Amino acid sequence: MTLVSVKSLTRVFDVSKPWLNRLIERLPKRHLTAVSDVSFDIPERTTYALVGESGSGKSTIGKMVVGLLRPTSGHVEIGGVDLVTEKDRAAIDRVRSDIQMIFQDPFASLNPRWRVRDIIVEPVAARGGDTTGMAERLLEQVGLSADDVGKYPHQFSGGQRQRICVARALASEPKLIVCDEPTSALDVSVQAQVLNMMSDLKDEHGLTYLFISHDLTVVRHMADTIGVLYLGRLVEEAPPETLFTTPAHPYTAMLIDAAPRLDAFGREVEPPEGEIPDPIDPPKGCAFHPRCPLAIDRCTAERPALKPFGPGRVACHRAGEITLKGAA
Amino acid sequence: MTVPVPVLSLRDLTVDIPTRHGTLRPVDQVSWDIARGEILGVVGESGAGKSMTGNAVIGLLDPPAHISGGQVLLEGERIDDLPLAKMRRIRGKRIGMVFQDPLTSLNPLLTVGDQLTETILRHLDVDREEAAQRAIRGLDEVGIPSARNRMGAYPHEFSGGMRQRVVIALALCAEPTLLIADEPTTALDVSVQAQIIALLKRLCRERGMAAMLITHDMGVIAETADRVAVMYAGRLAEIGPVAQIVGQPRHPYTDGLMASTPAASAGQARLRQIPGAMPRLNALPDGCAFSPRCPRAQDRCRHDPRPRVGEADARAACWFPIEPEEDAA
Repeated sequence: MTLVSVKSLTRVFDVSKPWLNRLIERLPKRHLTAVSDVSFDIPERTTYALVGESGSGKSTIGKMVVGLLRPTSGHVEIGGVDLVTEKDRAAIDRVRSDIQMIFQDPFASLNPRWRVRDIIVEPVAARGGDTTGMAERLLEQVGLSADDVGKYPHQFSGGQRQRICVARALASEPKLIVCDEPTSALDVSVQAQVLNMMSDLKDEHGLTYLFISHDLTVVRHMADTIGVLYLGRLVEEAPPETLFTTPAHPYTAMLIDAAPRLDAFGREVEPPEGEIPDPIDPPKGCAFHPRCPLAIDRCTAERPALKPFGPGRVACHRAGEITLKGAA
Repeated sequence: MTVPVPVLSLRDLTVDIPTRHGTLRPVDQVSWDIARGEILGVVGESGAGKSMTGNAVIGLLDPPAHISGGQVLLEGERIDDLPLAKMRRIRGKRIGMVFQDPLTSLNPLLTVGDQLTETILRHLDVDREEAAQRAIRGLDEVGIPSARNRMGAYPHEFSGGMRQRVVIALALCAEPTLLIADEPTTALDVSVQAQIIALLKRLCRERGMAAMLITHDMGVIAETADRVAVMYAGRLAEIGPVAQIVGQPRHPYTDGLMASTPAASAGQARLRQIPGAMPRLNALPDGCAFSPRCPRAQDRCRHDPRPRVGEADARAACWFPIEPEEDAA
């Protein structure tokens, strides 16, 4: 069953200079399209990963899914309820408690003046729920000691803090957890601990994850489906094994090629060319065409639609024509 | 024939930070050599002392941190005890440095061209005209398109990857023999990271420059370094050629570190993990600092003075290193 359904989601930010500057300098308004016509579904009890480089719109999508940002157009439906347009207060209330979020920086996302117990039970306490013994139980579930409930966040290391964030996210017994780069701030050995714990909790609690990351290798472990974003557009969507062995979009292939590999000593590869273009003025047609080794005239003129391809979907006029450079 | 002098030699380098609650030792008796044209990768998790080692070499330790023992030799000449004025002539001239965040390493109020020519004029005996020419050549070399026109641009007009190229040009413009790069690609996207790595490799090869590449990313190390030094809790855990460190680690910490990178266990449902976390510097265990987390630890590891590289094993600071045949099993 589909838990999250994202339909033609678009978000435009107004990045114009202040009104007076525009008047004096005769500047037009400027708009940045952070997310452009993105659609995907997340079935219940699966992990959907959004991957992309900086400026690809992955965090913006995450914020729109949890309702921290309003879409400019398009819809996000969670369990069939669109939080923006729904009129039934009870339904909104029910869906809101089904969603939780874990952020990248475990130092910024915990209130330094609160004890761990208060931090963890807040999602339930705020709704007047019963919280007896809840913090202790959740702390043990995330691999910390129940005696830690009286401590403050500064008494924990980065990895332990991220565990506290996970415990807080679990408190309201959500169905969906949106994780925005949950392990990017952590060291590799701690990252492995947190990722393994998140997989275990998913199975125990029947959770659904929207997992946002810039790191394809991390996502490969967690995801049932990976969506690759480029300049606010979904360019490819596929199960991890398909994506890694036979990427269908040249950008996906470039990302996989560029990722440093452990067995790659002495590897001499041509690094990818160019950088992500200015999102305020993206290239016409396919946004990737200035960097694409396969670009043809059609790519500069016509934006490719996201079409079914193999077990996934891809937005490329020349899908199926590429081979990965050093594919293992 | 004479034995070539290594570009950089660390001899039991030790850094202390006195605090009210006792002295912390973020770098503890670290020794290694870097030869001409060689890239030594220094890996470790946060707090392992890798940046502190780099800063100690270039003389940029923030007081009260100071070198309390050992020596730093640059081309056979001791530099850790030099007075400030002499050190300033080495820094930038003979040792170039690249930091993690390219935006904070550049002066936002000066054009890129000004910053480059200033550095060249300070360290090399050339006139303004020649310095400008060299600056343009420097920008060209690091792959900045239309370098001549970009000389008048300010740092904010460059993208992150281009800024890091400018910083590299700045570090190299006085033609140093040693480059210290501290997490040079951590703030960059993966496609740009690949470009910067390729650039560093090419420059070291072309100029015969030695480099010390500090990073927490095992993949970057595997791609770039000739030799790798693994640090843990301020101490050198293992050092050796990159293929051996990545392929046949001997120290259990190196083994765990390699195995817990997501790239290493591609296709497996679970990542291998090392239990626990690195000890704090004020609460280091007796004996080997890794012993509380080590699956191979025995009584000796917890009580005996800690092993050092070369003592029990030629490569790893471990009493019970992993033998190659075990690895195969």
